[in-house]
Amino acid sequence: MYSEKYQASLAAVEAARAKNIAMEPQRMTAQQKEELLATYHPDYKTNEFSVLQIGPNKGDKVPHELAEMLQAHSRISADSVDLSAPDYETDVLVIGGGGAGTSAAIEAHRAGAKVMIVTKLRMGDANTMMAEGGIQAADKPNDSPAIHFVDAFGGGHFAAKRELLAKLVCDAPEAIQWLSELGVEFDKEADGTMVTTHGGGTSRKRMHAAKDYSGAEIMRTLRDEVLNLQIPVVDFTAAIELILDENGQAAGAVLMNMETKELLVAKAKTVIIATGGAGRMHYQGFPTSNHYGATADGLVLGYRAGAKLLYAETLQYHPTGAAHPEQIFGALVTEKVRSLGAKLVNKNGEVFMHPLETRDVTAASIIRECSTRENGIETGNGTAVWLDTPMIEAIGGEGTIEKRIPAMMRMFEKYGIDIRKEPILVYPTLHYQNGGLDITVDGMTTNVKNLFVAGEAVGGIHGKNRLMGNSLLDIIVFGRNAGIHAAQTAKTATVGKLSLDHVAAFEKEIAAAGIQTEAVSPKLLPNYARKADK
Amino acid sequence: MEKMVNIFLFGKKYEVPENLTIMTAMEYAGYQLVRGCGCRNGFCGACATIYRIAGDRELKACLACQTTVQDNMYIVTLPFFPLVKQVYDMDKISVNESVMMQLYPEIYACVGCNACTKSCTQGLNVMQYIAYAQRGDFEKCAEESFDCVMCGVCSSRCPAGISHPQVGMLARRINGKYLAPGCGHLEDRVKEIKNGDFNELIEALMQKPVEEIKELYNTREIEK
Repeated sequence: MYSEKYQASLAAVEAARAKNIAMEPQRMTAQQKEELLATYHPDYKTNEFSVLQIGPNKGDKVPHELAEMLQAHSRISADSVDLSAPDYETDVLVIGGGGAGTSAAIEAHRAGAKVMIVTKLRMGDANTMMAEGGIQAADKPNDSPAIHFVDAFGGGHFAAKRELLAKLVCDAPEAIQWLSELGVEFDKEADGTMVTTHGGGTSRKRMHAAKDYSGAEIMRTLRDEVLNLQIPVVDFTAAIELILDENGQAAGAVLMNMETKELLVAKAKTVIIATGGAGRMHYQGFPTSNHYGATADGLVLGYRAGAKLLYAETLQYHPTGAAHPEQIFGALVTEKVRSLGAKLVNKNGEVFMHPLETRDVTAASIIRECSTRENGIETGNGTAVWLDTPMIEAIGGEGTIEKRIPAMMRMFEKYGIDIRKEPILVYPTLHYQNGGLDITVDGMTTNVKNLFVAGEAVGGIHGKNRLMGNSLLDIIVFGRNAGIHAAQTAKTATVGKLSLDHVAAFEKEIAAAGIQTEAVSPKLLPNYARKADK
Repeated sequence: MEKMVNIFLFGKKYEVPENLTIMTAMEYAGYQLVRGCGCRNGFCGACATIYRIAGDRELKACLACQTTVQDNMYIVTLPFFPLVKQVYDMDKISVNESVMMQLYPEIYACVGCNACTKSCTQGLNVMQYIAYAQRGDFEKCAEESFDCVMCGVCSSRCPAGISHPQVGMLARRINGKYLAPGCGHLEDRVKEIKNGDFNELIEALMQKPVEEIKELYNTREIEK
């Protein structure tokens, strides 16, 4: 149900629907895409970035909000924490309880290591849980890891670290098999053939899904397995600093109980940062599709301990965040909606682009439509374009939406919008941190020994933009990989005297660079509490 | 001026704009949430909430992030509920109804009150999926319980002490691992990769100048 002000535009969309379904919009040329991105994509707005003045990436540009956190004070002073009697001792310490952290923990456990997970909210409170559309793997006869490589490399602007991307695509089918063996359900034909679709920028239909709860289905299964393996999970406990040993190797973390603020010390032979993304930093004021704890904590922890960042200046704005109603402003509308045939339509009922360009191109194109072209629909929260969901039922037959994207149907139904009959309003939403900590192919950071990273906190797997379905894939492939290597490394690692000297040294760098800041980091949670009017 | 409504958070009255969700209304009231807030998008089940509209007999359950406030709404959050989660080895469990008998025998004490279904924040037919589990029809139990976010409200209302979300979880894992048809093309591809069938192609891509890969990318054929 849309109010009166939308009716004229809605009528135009409906009138043009049959024609719009039949048309095959042209894809953009490489040059058209480049020009579009340079003019409209948020990553190209130079005044939204700051140059880092200290740390391993000194001189690099990152979003203002991230720069503030990377150059902020520690939540502790280095000499105030007693490291001599750790509260926890383990082989492998996993920081983060999302898809990457749990995959890592399962593999480290299987490899015989003593492993524990700390997570600042609950296990499973993670972007993994919210991934809707699916997971890529080149497992169909007309596909190959090499084709998958080219799709992802091109989609990421040819900037991915090739050895990481090669691992991602080559380990993908096995990742699907691993999940199946854990009991993750995938959409299949009666004969077992995977039901696969396109995502933006794919040249083969290789998107595997579990309806539009793909990430939730994976996450709840991984969580269940962690519980079955009885791996200790310390929840509502954030890592607020890494601990190094006297030789500069990662050797644990200082933890903080999120409710009581009690500080605890965890000593470990190897540490895996699996802290996820950064949507709740609200770069450039964008809303986000991310979970409550997505505040780039791992980047801050790693950076202060000396680990390098790669592509931290590149963010992914998912083209289709919900723009209306305001209760779900910024929530993810899965790309699968377009995979199933819905096209993007402007206020005049015109299809203005191919619906399955890569995410950065699609987001930039929507921003263009809503800005200089003035073809957006006013929502009261800005402007938006239509995503014409009824096309899906027309193309796939009645019942397709309920069967394939039930979460989307439910989300809008609560606000009186039947997406089978009415289109929805969308606008880009901050979705994914393309960049992160720089790793080698075994998952270890390039310059801090025994510090591993997995999942969204890694930079370089996808380059400067990520294809749909390659993130659920990367948390599994690189989560498992980090777990295996962290367990292996722990077998021979010797831990020297624990130290927070790097924290003290970083404070000195802040002062020496003349940075005036009252900010402390990691951020841990966004502050949405309204301040009482005084 | 936006229209305001009165809500009662844990019994205390606050005036909040009528268009907020329960979650954003709590934040409007000044709460900095730690518990009871996860994905904020209806997938994680962290924000299970029970409410009653003053004068209404019925207690309702919802997800705080997915529900708009109403005037005179009495709200209590349920950020945690002690579900029983049994530990099992997926490789060794039996795949018939005896597994339920063994791990979650309380499902056979279901009295058929349907309080679980009435309280489900996802609108699922919870009692029906428990009935499927009792019969060992795990495929149907998996399908019926699929959209469960494991918030635990159903269990909080159950006189038989059933942990419904965990029963559904077990059924889905059994279905995914043992009952769903195997996937031939997946097995073949894993074997091919292990066999090194793609090594040469990947190795070539590792060495290829970027300009050549750009050409490959820009001229690649896209499956219809």
